[in-house]
Amino acid sequence: MFALLVWQIGATIVNRSFLIATPAAVVQRLFGLCTEAGFFGTLGFSFARIVSGYLLALAAGSLLAVVAGRFHTVEVMLWPFIQTIKSVPVASFIILCLIWLNSRNLSVFISFLMVLPIVYTNMLQGIKSTDKKLLEMATLFRVNWLKRIEFIYLPHLKPFLMSACSVSIGLSWKAGIAAEVIGIPDGSIGEMLYESKVYYSMVDLFAWTVLIVIISVVFEKLFVYLLRKLFELLQTPRV
Amino acid sequence: MDIHIKDITKSFGGNLVLDRLNMTIPEKERTCIMGPSGCGKTTLLNILMGFLQPDGGRVDGVPRLKSAVFQEDRLCEDFNAVSNVRLVCGKKTSNRQILSHLESIGLSIKDDMAKPVGEFSGGMKRRVAIVRAIMAQSEVLFLDEPFKGLDGDTKKTAIDYVKRHTGGKTVIVVTHDPEEVKALEANLFAPWS
Repeated sequence: MFALLVWQIGATIVNRSFLIATPAAVVQRLFGLCTEAGFFGTLGFSFARIVSGYLLALAAGSLLAVVAGRFHTVEVMLWPFIQTIKSVPVASFIILCLIWLNSRNLSVFISFLMVLPIVYTNMLQGIKSTDKKLLEMATLFRVNWLKRIEFIYLPHLKPFLMSACSVSIGLSWKAGIAAEVIGIPDGSIGEMLYESKVYYSMVDLFAWTVLIVIISVVFEKLFVYLLRKLFELLQTPRV
Repeated sequence: MDIHIKDITKSFGGNLVLDRLNMTIPEKERTCIMGPSGCGKTTLLNILMGFLQPDGGRVDGVPRLKSAVFQEDRLCEDFNAVSNVRLVCGKKTSNRQILSHLESIGLSIKDDMAKPVGEFSGGMKRRVAIVRAIMAQSEVLFLDEPFKGLDGDTKKTAIDYVKRHTGGKTVIVVTHDPEEVKALEANLFAPWS
């Protein structure tokens, strides 16, 4: 409510709809967008690609962290790649990918690149900080690797994974949409943002932006909730 | 086969902890190792369990299948008592057997079994660790101050439980308490005395 109030005050003070659209105008436009042909297709196009990139990065980042945690040589070999991905501007990757790849799947790749180092770094930190005394116990009692993962690694890695997911979901949307604005794949949210710029429609720009924020927040809440439930399921076997 | 400890030496950062230690631990008997704090009892146990390599000397006769109560409880705190014990038992061990053991060492099945062990008191955790060690398939059992944190009747119950379930097994107990040696009817080695 406070954010809406600040927005409304800002729009009132500026009093130029071509610079800042009012909340009321944006909400009205949002309802209008929902009834337009192709709206859900556009939403689905971007959602599928960005979430795919996100999930791929989650899997790849976790797997790489497991291997790097086990073999220090791998950690050393991966370090320059991870640092490069963290440091290189998103726009550079987007332009490179436009040359190498089809623009339709650009947001998959960019979303993947942005999330990978966050997941990898968090999970690696978690793996390296696993209680060595518990691992010794598991070795003495000859506990197999699956059980070690279930009883020792997963409970310990839970906060690291939850933190990585929470931080990286918003970033994947931000970077994925930015890639679509530059690459302009047909039928994407990025294309809609680009057109709002071309036609100088501030209401459309605000409406699509608010939509992206809503989707990102809802997806984050849902994903983190499901992840938490999955961990609870794994950690409470019945007596 | 007896466990033979021959001229074991171990230092940490220039500090000599074990100095040419020699002892023989009889097979299938309970043996208590006593000594003052910091004399190297836990270090010796860690060498026998295979977590540390001695700087000199050798150890022969340690069986492959080991079980232990460590100085720290080393339980998986997000899981309940039965799950912690089941982690180290074979599939042939039923939940009913585990519950029976936990009850016989004084833990309440009704009140305690659904809770994660992270919510247990120190004494309760200790008892879960003891049951875990006893129920794991093993040829030798290492107990590092197993009754630490237990008092009065609880300690007596735990000692009786260990005695009842370790007949004919090689058991090595590190302890400060001569009463525990007597209660366990164990051989005593006090090489640092």
